[in-house]
Amino acid sequence: MDVEETLLPGVGRRYEFTLQDGHRLCVVSTRDDHYTVSSFDSDDPDAGRTLFRLGEEEAVTMAEILGAPRIAVKLADLSREVPGLASEQVEIVSGSPYDGRSLGDTQARTRTGSSVVALVRDDQVIASPLPSQDLMAGDVLVVIGTSDGIAKIRTLLEAP
Amino acid sequence: MNVNGGLAAAATPGIADLLLEVGAVLFILGILGGFARRFGLSPVPLYLLAGLVLGEGGAVSLDASTGFLAVGAEIGLILLLLTLGLEFSADEFSSVLRRHVPSGVVDLLLNATPGAVAGWLLFDSWTAALVMAGVTWVSSSGIVARVVSDLGRLANRETPSVLAILVLEDIAMAVYLPLVAVLVAGGGAVEVLIGVSASVTAVLLVLLGSRHFGDRLSHRLTDAEDEQVLLRVFGITLVVAGLTTLLDASAAVGAFLVGLALTGQAAERSRELLSPLRDIFAAVFFVSFGLSIDPGTLPPVLVSAGILAAITLVTKVLTGWYAAGRDGAGTRGRMRAGLVLAARGEFAVVIGGIAVVSGLEEVGPVTAAYVLILAVASPVLARFADEIARPFVPKPVTA
Repeated sequence: MDVEETLLPGVGRRYEFTLQDGHRLCVVSTRDDHYTVSSFDSDDPDAGRTLFRLGEEEAVTMAEILGAPRIAVKLADLSREVPGLASEQVEIVSGSPYDGRSLGDTQARTRTGSSVVALVRDDQVIASPLPSQDLMAGDVLVVIGTSDGIAKIRTLLEAP
Repeated sequence: MNVNGGLAAAATPGIADLLLEVGAVLFILGILGGFARRFGLSPVPLYLLAGLVLGEGGAVSLDASTGFLAVGAEIGLILLLLTLGLEFSADEFSSVLRRHVPSGVVDLLLNATPGAVAGWLLFDSWTAALVMAGVTWVSSSGIVARVVSDLGRLANRETPSVLAILVLEDIAMAVYLPLVAVLVAGGGAVEVLIGVSASVTAVLLVLLGSRHFGDRLSHRLTDAEDEQVLLRVFGITLVVAGLTTLLDASAAVGAFLVGLALTGQAAERSRELLSPLRDIFAAVFFVSFGLSIDPGTLPPVLVSAGILAAITLVTKVLTGWYAAGRDGAGTRGRMRAGLVLAARGEFAVVIGGIAVVSGLEEVGPVTAAYVLILAVASPVLARFADEIARPFVPKPVTA
């Protein structure tokens, strides 16, 4: 999909793209990190009609909702493309030794060679979680690595 | 030891009058500004009107604060240009250059010419012609940017071209202002050549330099708490402005260069910190310009200013029409671009102000009347641009 990006000097940036159904959407990001999403009337194809505005925090939430699941899907695609690389989801079951501890404590990368690239908690997705990220029973980790490495991480997290 | 000595000495005679006058003026401006905003207008024309009423030959006369207001106005001019320089980055400038140079040329030719002709006809002097050319050429970045955002048109097809015109005009000021400053001060061809080539070189150096070293310099300057950043940036700006004044260029040019040199985070922080200071002193600047004009001189120039305003309203609409057309906007978008660009404001006053201070007093009243007309008319007309464009919209083809 083509996104047309234009600088708005002194204001910010403007992104425009066409949806499958032919509607055009425009996102204007201003320097104070506010975002305005507009559509265009068929009557005057140059006049943007504001659909909604997002503040900084609202925009982050919106991006998480829309973006993070996409990142997970993209990673799955990536693992299909690179031979030997797999991506799987590993759940922290209750009773796991790491329930209530931090991601760094697992030393998953050092011990298994696999990387935790995202953490799904309820309907929230934390992309690229930091070592300080706390883990809770019910969390699902998106892990990427060799199938052997992923199996190791599964054992590591499950072992009582 | 007289403990109260310091305090007593501070209370120099006349200080009470000064405080009363400055305080009253600023307070009145605050009320007027709120009034203007309620009707979605720029406060600049009201500030000018306030200056006219308070000045020599006006309803009330300010005596004690003249000196302070003169210095305040100079600082206001410097801060206006500094924050303008902070507004955009070298990247934005080069992206505009790639797309919109022809629009800038059309803008210059269409809008500077009527002013130049009027200046020559009215005052019979080439210098006045040059000053008036600038007054009619440059749109008000402040008014235009605000109206575009207030009317919710940031997403519109025509908006990038509108902002591009503003950027090109603002950069062109770096060449134009020293030219005016030297000519008005009575300099000959050699001085003009030196002044202009020096400032062009300076602008290019600053733009190139800020691309390569700007981040490091900006970091050094603004890696501190708000208070220190404010003092550093403001101090450096005044020093550079002082230096350019010594070199017979306008202080405004130096301030503009400092603004251009600061990039990224530093520019953003400086903008944030300096805005309140800019608002105060810019208001003083506009009032001072009004103060320098005797209201009695306005009525005779109203007709010529009105005609000039009407002509340059049309030429700006044509400019916007052309520029927005290059970006593929339709009839209504092109009309919106033209009408919003027609606003003249702070720059016309800056140019007129430099001329008046340097002794070309006769351009003051025309400039004031001209700005008063277009600063009010353009935002109002821009609001109804779609209706105004209706007769020009091609009829939809019915099947």
